[in-house]
Amino acid sequence: MPRIQVVPLLEIVRETPTTMTYRFRADLGGQPGQFLMVWIPRYDELPMALSYLGAVKGITVRDYGDATHALAAFTAGDRIGVRGPYGNVFRLEGQSVLAVGGGSGMASMIAAIEAFSQQGARVVTAAGAKNSEELLFVERANAAGEVHIATDDGSRGFHGFVPALADKLLARDTFQQVITCGPEKMMYAVVDLARKRGVPVQASLERYMKCGIGICDACALDDKLVCVDGSIFTGEELAESEDFGHFRRDKSGRRVPA
Amino acid sequence: MVDLRTEIAGVALRNPTMLASGFLDETGGSMGRVYQAGAGAVVTKSVGPQPREGYPNPTIVELDAGLLNAVGLPNPGVIEYEHEVKRAHAAGAVVIGSVFGKDAEEYAAVAAKMSTYGVKAIELNLSCPHAKGLGTEIAQDASAVRDFTRTVKDVVDVPVFPKLSPNVQDIATFAIAAEEGGADGIVAINTLKAMAITPELKMPSLANKYGGLSGPAIRSIGVRAVYDICDKVHIPVIGVGGIGSGRDALEYIMAGACAVQIGTAILSRGLGVFNEISKEMAFLLEEAGFHSVPEAIGVAHA
Repeated sequence: MPRIQVVPLLEIVRETPTTMTYRFRADLGGQPGQFLMVWIPRYDELPMALSYLGAVKGITVRDYGDATHALAAFTAGDRIGVRGPYGNVFRLEGQSVLAVGGGSGMASMIAAIEAFSQQGARVVTAAGAKNSEELLFVERANAAGEVHIATDDGSRGFHGFVPALADKLLARDTFQQVITCGPEKMMYAVVDLARKRGVPVQASLERYMKCGIGICDACALDDKLVCVDGSIFTGEELAESEDFGHFRRDKSGRRVPA
Repeated sequence: MVDLRTEIAGVALRNPTMLASGFLDETGGSMGRVYQAGAGAVVTKSVGPQPREGYPNPTIVELDAGLLNAVGLPNPGVIEYEHEVKRAHAAGAVVIGSVFGKDAEEYAAVAAKMSTYGVKAIELNLSCPHAKGLGTEIAQDASAVRDFTRTVKDVVDVPVFPKLSPNVQDIATFAIAAEEGGADGIVAINTLKAMAITPELKMPSLANKYGGLSGPAIRSIGVRAVYDICDKVHIPVIGVGGIGSGRDALEYIMAGACAVQIGTAILSRGLGVFNEISKEMAFLLEEAGFHSVPEAIGVAHA
């Protein structure tokens, strides 16, 4: 049985004003798109995407609550618990890939962007954020292929939301697949426009989780579980979903607007 | 060919494997999926009068021989939960509603509401080992088990199955009390109160410190409990605790259970576990010369 490993943090990197990367060595695998359950002692245990898959693993997290705020105060040598990797994997399905990332959603996709590029695919990234400071992993994506930028405030690149930028890229170029991760409303738009153009799409979803291993039902999406049936779902699966883009479960299990 | 159908207090099951409360049963979508994967019935997450978030993470720890959890009874509240039961029913599921509350009246109110959703029976979670003030104390007091059961029985028309705690000196005493309270069946056992510590961090592994242990580690305790209970009461018993194979299930059946519940084994065997255990039971029953499940119930008492 996979067990929790307690590991010291080796390096902590501030990526943006709200997002940090934590690097550590752990005896676990990990493929593009997979996540770990990360125990921040005394605070919480949360699902976090693997943003680095090598010998020194990495998770990249936006500071959005008490636990991630506590984690942001950790320094090298402080210890966290990790278990996993969990969830399915971004699959390369063509020679030309459009990766559409919104905000910290790039953390879930960057390993796939790099892996697909290494496997010989042409990877074009559309990275969006509130403003230029919040853009995440643009340099890494740039090393793997072409990058286009969108910012909500127009401080860099396309002035507007990233789905609109993705739509332009899909209109002028031929892609054999789209991958996406970001706020759900953004992904909903990306899945919709990819499907309209007949391009296969995979989206990495986020839900509140307790177990991460497919038994507690906290992360239910319709009759699926984001932790074991996802976190990556295909456009076909999402087109049938009543929850995607509309509903999530709160901590009590109530179905509430997403 | 062995007939796997069984029956508990008038509730007919296509096979004796039920989904244990607490696993994949917060939502109707998951309960429907478990039923379609082969379970004879599904027991809901324990539902209370109000929405409840449960405890902070970590709430679940995997151990060598089991699973330790302290999720803290999260549930959307009985009013909202109607949608989930409806969804499970739409998928064809036979649903048993598990309820809890802070006192007998609250149990009765939630059970009464739940029974209007078309559930086939009510399971009383009288034994959650890790939620303060909610069931833990009741589980230690046989007269409370009797009174709570009676109060619920007075307000619902469907069978009522109190679920008993193994964290007591003599579980059969509690089963007798439940029978005196009018219970139509007994569910045994709930999880054992337990703790794991993470030495590297010098602290308990669960945010709640204490949790309930399930899985293979508790199976022999559950079999003994069911055996003792069946010696003392005349109502049917549903066996639960560490069942991960048809052979494990038969231990409970031969101890006297007429059906079994499965939860932790979903981890190791996936949702196919219900179908697989049913098939394994059929094979073993046939090999032993039985033609149906009822023929094998309690034979170890001979």
